[in-house]
Amino acid sequence: MKLKDALENYVFVLPAVAIFTVFYIIPFIWGFQWVLFEWDGISFTKIFVGLANFKEIFTQDSNWWQSIGNAGYITLIALTFQNILAFMLAWACDREIRMKNFYRVIFFIPPVLSEIVVGMVWRFIINDVEGANIINRLLATVGFPNLMHNWLSDPKTVLTTVSLVHCWKGFGWGFLIFLAGLQTIPHQLYESARVDGANAWQTLRKITIPLMMPVMVLVAILTVLGSMQSFALILGMVGGEFAGHTSVPVLRILASMRSSSPRFGYACAQGLSFGMILVIISFIQYRFSKKGQ
Amino acid sequence: MARRAFYYNSKKFLINTLVHVFLISVVITCLYPLLWMIVSSLKTQDLIFKDISLIPHQFHFENYVHALREEGFGRSLFNSVIYTSVSVFSILIIASLAGYAFSRLRFPGRNVLFFMFMVAMMIPIPASFVPLYLLLNKLHLRDTPIGYILCMISVGLSVSIFLLKTFFDRIPREMEDAARIDGCSKMGTWWYVALPLAKPVLAVVIIFNALNIWNEYILALIVFDSRKFMPLQVALQMFQGEYVTNYPLLMAGLTIAALPIIIVYLLMQKYIIKGITSGAVVG
Repeated sequence: MKLKDALENYVFVLPAVAIFTVFYIIPFIWGFQWVLFEWDGISFTKIFVGLANFKEIFTQDSNWWQSIGNAGYITLIALTFQNILAFMLAWACDREIRMKNFYRVIFFIPPVLSEIVVGMVWRFIINDVEGANIINRLLATVGFPNLMHNWLSDPKTVLTTVSLVHCWKGFGWGFLIFLAGLQTIPHQLYESARVDGANAWQTLRKITIPLMMPVMVLVAILTVLGSMQSFALILGMVGGEFAGHTSVPVLRILASMRSSSPRFGYACAQGLSFGMILVIISFIQYRFSKKGQ
Repeated sequence: MARRAFYYNSKKFLINTLVHVFLISVVITCLYPLLWMIVSSLKTQDLIFKDISLIPHQFHFENYVHALREEGFGRSLFNSVIYTSVSVFSILIIASLAGYAFSRLRFPGRNVLFFMFMVAMMIPIPASFVPLYLLLNKLHLRDTPIGYILCMISVGLSVSIFLLKTFFDRIPREMEDAARIDGCSKMGTWWYVALPLAKPVLAVVIIFNALNIWNEYILALIVFDSRKFMPLQVALQMFQGEYVTNYPLLMAGLTIAALPIIIVYLLMQKYIIKGITSGAVVG
């Protein structure tokens, strides 16, 4: 009877466990095997190369490290500009003001759109076809015609332009999470601070920010994970790696898979080492927050 | 005293005005690209860059007809609708069964299995999509709709199970116990008692997975070779390659991809915002 009971209960989790194991767990574990081979994905010859793929990634593949650097640059801009903006907006919305809900609804529209759509729309707002660059027209109208620029076709500005659009798409996440965090801070704390004569800046520094530390770490981890993995936005905006100026790790992995002589073992090794980097970064951030408390 | 109150009020008014100016300028930045996209989709090719005002003088809806008639594009819209609805419906059933079991039923290995779902949430997709591609090849599921749908179900399961389990943990189980005493089977209790109670969290699960699958790109890119199976996001990228100079058509295509999601979001934003805030505070 007891056994029948347990079996009956397994029926509830069986579909989930089966699909998840086959399409999520097994590929991940299976990947550890492929990293040791040189294989084009089709032929029967798989050459065992040991750790040579990793050796190549870490010592020879400068394109790979350039792509990590580019993703790091996007992440850095997102961590600073995007999250400071998100925090300021959340702070502004945490007070007694009208239309609070309107702002909240609007700020989360960019995050629900796909990276491809966002990238393509922005591409056609700031491209240079037929002098149609609307940002440039704006600059000329407000009196800075010498700042007009081919933002997306200049190797020096393309990555920064992409990063700023990435921030446009992403700040709504941080905003919502920050706002939820701010609303958990008891109002008595602010009132007693005001009674003690603290000004807004002191209140922010001594009460809000220390209490928001765990939320900030959460947002920082989410930002790093999201920004390091972004690539569809680049495909939408630039169309590709732009001779390495906009290459990011996911695009490099895709390139290893889809080149004329595909290297699947190498692509698995790239994916695995990139995944390790992401997990380590978020772990460090998490530990860092534990220490801070 | 009155003077001080006046000073205080005017200072407050000034600060509030500045805050609104700041917030509204960000609102304009959020909305402008979308309005530009929609308005451009209604213009003709020669007008699109000459007249950059946001108020179209004519409405060329034929751009939409052309985009949808375009080979592959109308089809991909249909594909996206199918992939999204089938995957979301499957996730809903499978995850609510599992979430209910992890919360209510006893069986050996329960905690280990739940832990597996939670740990797997931390594996980033880039670490596993190459072997996933190889596995699908081996199972002859690559370049098939069913293979893609199974992948999308597995991607959505962890978070959905987590949301549902934590929800069931929080609600009292008296009603389910009553149903069981009245002779209702376990499945019957799940279907007739537990699921109706879980409506608010089911809404969150539906919306998040629908947004996620509608916008999904990387797996669609590696799973499909045949154009006839591709969902909207991948088709758009190809569309861009082919119509690189026909902007109104392209903007119509983008609007077709973006507008459904914006409308769903605006209708359901209460649940979305609740989902994020509760998830964030719990996490």
